Amino acid sequence: MDEAIVLKYDISPDDFTRAGEASSDVKGKLKQLGVSPEAIRKVAIAMYEGEINMVIHANGGEITVEITPVDIKMVLADVGPGIPDVEQAMKAGYSTAPDEVRSLGFGAGMGLPNMKKYTDDMAIETKLGVGTTITMIVKM
Amino acid sequence: MDKFYHSVRLDSELCKGCINCIKRCPTQAIRVRNGKAQINGKFCIDCGECIRVCPHHAKHATYDKMDVMKQYRYTVALPAPALYSQFNNLDDVNIVLNALLLMGFNDVFEVSAAAELVSEATREYLNHHEDNLPIISTACPSVVRLIRVRFPNLISHLLPLNPPVEVAASLAAQRAMQKTGLERQEIGICFISPCPSKVTYSKSPLGTEKSQVDHVLAIKDVYPQLISHMKAVGEEAWDLATSGKIGISWGRSGGEASGLFTESYLAADGIENVIRVLEDLEDQKFTNLKFVELNACNGGCVGGILNVENPYVAEVKLKRLRKYMPVARSHMDMEDHVEEMIPWTTGVQYEPVFSLGGNIMESFARLNQVERLCKKLPGLDCGSCGAPTCKALAEDIVRGQASENDCVYYLRENLHKLSEEVSVLADDLHGGDKGGQETLRILKEYIQRISDEMSLLDNRDAEEETGKHNNSGGL
Repeated sequence: MDEAIVLKYDISPDDFTRAGEASSDVKGKLKQLGVSPEAIRKVAIAMYEGEINMVIHANGGEITVEITPVDIKMVLADVGPGIPDVEQAMKAGYSTAPDEVRSLGFGAGMGLPNMKKYTDDMAIETKLGVGTTITMIVKM
Repeated sequence: MDKFYHSVRLDSELCKGCINCIKRCPTQAIRVRNGKAQINGKFCIDCGECIRVCPHHAKHATYDKMDVMKQYRYTVALPAPALYSQFNNLDDVNIVLNALLLMGFNDVFEVSAAAELVSEATREYLNHHEDNLPIISTACPSVVRLIRVRFPNLISHLLPLNPPVEVAASLAAQRAMQKTGLERQEIGICFISPCPSKVTYSKSPLGTEKSQVDHVLAIKDVYPQLISHMKAVGEEAWDLATSGKIGISWGRSGGEASGLFTESYLAADGIENVIRVLEDLEDQKFTNLKFVELNACNGGCVGGILNVENPYVAEVKLKRLRKYMPVARSHMDMEDHVEEMIPWTTGVQYEPVFSLGGNIMESFARLNQVERLCKKLPGLDCGSCGAPTCKALAEDIVRGQASENDCVYYLRENLHKLSEEVSVLADDLHGGDKGGQETLRILKEYIQRISDEMSLLDNRDAEEETGKHNNSGGL
């Protein structure tokens, strides 16, 4: 089997100003690899929303991106509080973002719904007090 | 350095001496004399309202023309964040940045990147100055000038950090010298600006001795050339963008505050609104605010008069551009010496230009005179005398810059009174009054006075006629 290209990113919760840089980096690398623009756009948006969530809500964590000729798999694993009600969290408009970041455009409550919309597959594993892992796949 | 330099100018040929600008100026800095508008440099804050409102397009902003860059061996463009909001269908700021290079600049340094550094420094400043809240933004030069002349109690609340354009210019100059080995004077740092207030800032800055910005171009001048180069930017565009959500947001009202990660801020735009907020701040009506962002132009910098796009459309475009950007891409630990480039090196002094006299006693006496004069004047604020309000005329009179006879209504009333007295005297004469000769003499005196007043009116008209033919008037 072909070797996948693997990219790993440490998402720090301490510097909010760096939130979103990992997604930017992945976008740049996908462009260099010559991946189709539609796939790049989907990956960029889905990963951006997930990365921001990790910083705002979940004390950071680690993102792993695996690129194969068939698809791009993103695993976002955080060490946050976990999601008490996944169905509620997936509702458009529902947000637990703090007020301080809303003037930057965050807190619209569209993060998880967008992640589902722009990916071909999405799975959420969550445990209260331990953390959440979201796995998403975008086909080439 | 002229501390009252201004970049708003009048084209006297086009000025009709109407009252639009004098009524609209927020500091009542304009008078119509000899049929032409004149701006009092001490009161003017370069907000550009007179430029916006003049129906004859007689008011202009001065800024540099594109060919001013030819005198330098190496040039760096500093695009304002507002520039990105002027184009339709732009989804990547790199296109604009690459186009600037194609236009002939050797390098480009985003003002929005420097803005993120200033936001970082501001967050730190707020943390260390919790006893002096609220802190007032100093990015808008017109607001700082307004506070300097009219709100001295708020001077201590000003954020003593250089505006992003200044930090960008310092960093760009440093980088250019390191890269090319050229002397500073061979390098041209050129800001692409949404407003004339920044032109004034570059020639006469507040908070620093000399600005590192060498020239200021207008967005509307650069726009047509830039569009054609943007079309030529191909797939091989370089990744030059170094700013994120925070930097891009500075172009719109509320954007500077959004980089502070706090809820307790106020963002006001439009000079009339700014003045209201400042007056309430002076009266200490807001006690729970950390930060006050003030923009003289409606909508923020995207509302500056050198822009092409409608400010509210531009705001939406900035929101779209920033949507999937990282929160910030420029950080203070990335640049050398930046801690020295950000804080102010000189203070802002109160300039009591609105004082009526040289000291309290004199001002008090003059204040009384002003009150008395206001009672005599008709209170119509018609502008015919060339001052925006009767009270302004009264103040001008007391300062020795105008006279009661400038008021057309005042003259008319005097004439009215005189002719009444003349007719009373004429009746006396007719009635065979004993002191006939004396009455006749008084009558002649009154008639002389009437013709004197009439000729004053005639003089005014004559002055205005000559005013139209000469090129007098202006700043």
